[in-house]
Amino acid sequence: MKPVAFDYLRAPTTQDALDALAQYGEDARVLAGGQSLMAVLNMRLAQPKMLVDISRTAELSAVRIDEKAGRLVVSAAATQGSVEWRATLAEEVPLLAMAFPHISHFQIRNRGTVCGSIAHADPSAELPLVLSALGGDVMLRSKKKRRTLAAQDFFQGMLMTARQPDELVEAVRFPLRKAGERYAFSEFSARHGDFAIVACAAVVSDDAIRIAVGGVADRPVVESWPRLAGDDLRGALNDLSWKLNAQDDAHISAKYRRNLVRQLGWRVIEEAK
Amino acid sequence: MSDMSANIMRRDERQRIALTLNGRERSGHCEPRELLSDFIRHELGATGTHVGCEHGVCGACTVHVDGVAARACLMLAVQADGRRIDTVEGLAPEQTLGDLQQAFQRHHALQCGFCTAGILMSCADYLQRVPNPTEEQVREMLSGHICRCTGYTPIVAAVLDVAARRRTQADTSEVEHA
Repeated sequence: MKPVAFDYLRAPTTQDALDALAQYGEDARVLAGGQSLMAVLNMRLAQPKMLVDISRTAELSAVRIDEKAGRLVVSAAATQGSVEWRATLAEEVPLLAMAFPHISHFQIRNRGTVCGSIAHADPSAELPLVLSALGGDVMLRSKKKRRTLAAQDFFQGMLMTARQPDELVEAVRFPLRKAGERYAFSEFSARHGDFAIVACAAVVSDDAIRIAVGGVADRPVVESWPRLAGDDLRGALNDLSWKLNAQDDAHISAKYRRNLVRQLGWRVIEEAK
Repeated sequence: MSDMSANIMRRDERQRIALTLNGRERSGHCEPRELLSDFIRHELGATGTHVGCEHGVCGACTVHVDGVAARACLMLAVQADGRRIDTVEGLAPEQTLGDLQQAFQRHHALQCGFCTAGILMSCADYLQRVPNPTEEQVREMLSGHICRCTGYTPIVAAVLDVAARRRTQADTSEVEHA
């Protein structure tokens, strides 16, 4: 299928993109890598009147380390590939490096953006999960103001975020590796590159465990525990699996999803210990 | 604000866009909503790029955008304005098959051939970045393509074979220049 007709702006600068969002509001969609949006447009699940293309907005393409904030800052038009193929990524944000191979396919990551995936907020997507697990944040900017939201405040439900119609996700920030923290990522999907049925990320230090689960609830869910082990850990994972309110769908039962949370949760935590 | 409005392309207006297709300057007209895959085929007449699912899953329409493998169905033609686009036609510029295509032929890595153009373009990009891939890496790269004929095994063999031959050639040239 083909998209319905729309007006199109290739934004030369961030300010042009923000002007367009201020003027068109909910009638506009931001086109970055297009690897989710173009499919949605082709299937006519979205029919915006205006597309604001930031894929060639040079000032939005940066990927940089903010030493002072201790974060990897990925700007709105930076592709997943430009982060994935960064030689130092495994030292900078190990969990992100672990998750990339699970995100769709090489050909999609070449063009898809990190911020686009965050803004799309698919509950089974890997990047929102990693950002949530690490306690990263989202930098929003409108014509009038800028604000920064923690990942857990940004994600509000299935494909729903705190972004206002006139706001651009200007950048997302992933906390850099911390001394004493270890990381693991695992997911289960029907085929490699498919959407995760369940995905888990763990951040383990000497005295704490943080686990994030995607694909079950309507957004990534993060839990923090002391350094549990054995039956205590199994019990905590079981409680978590029920708390996520898993649903049956055409392919996977809620019971199966709960079991995946217990199994993958155990796996990532033990791997990160 | 006035600057921004002046740059908007209206939905029903056909715009002229110019790009470099397989090394040649080409141009054509399109509405903002026209997909790059349709523009390449219908406006520029380069029908080597095939169109399958039109939502990025099957991989048949994979081309290179400034040298990087990407889905032509998940990109607007207007986004390709001023860029370098390479398609399967560019792999055989002199009417002879390139080494990758020859390897596909040797290993019977295609039957109906519908998926082949896209797979070749992915492989061409990937082998530039990863000249010495493992079978697992090749299979992971190929997971972005759907082939309903071959079962993938001969495709994997062809990619590993061409990678090995390229390495041998590279090694030989090193010795010659030493």
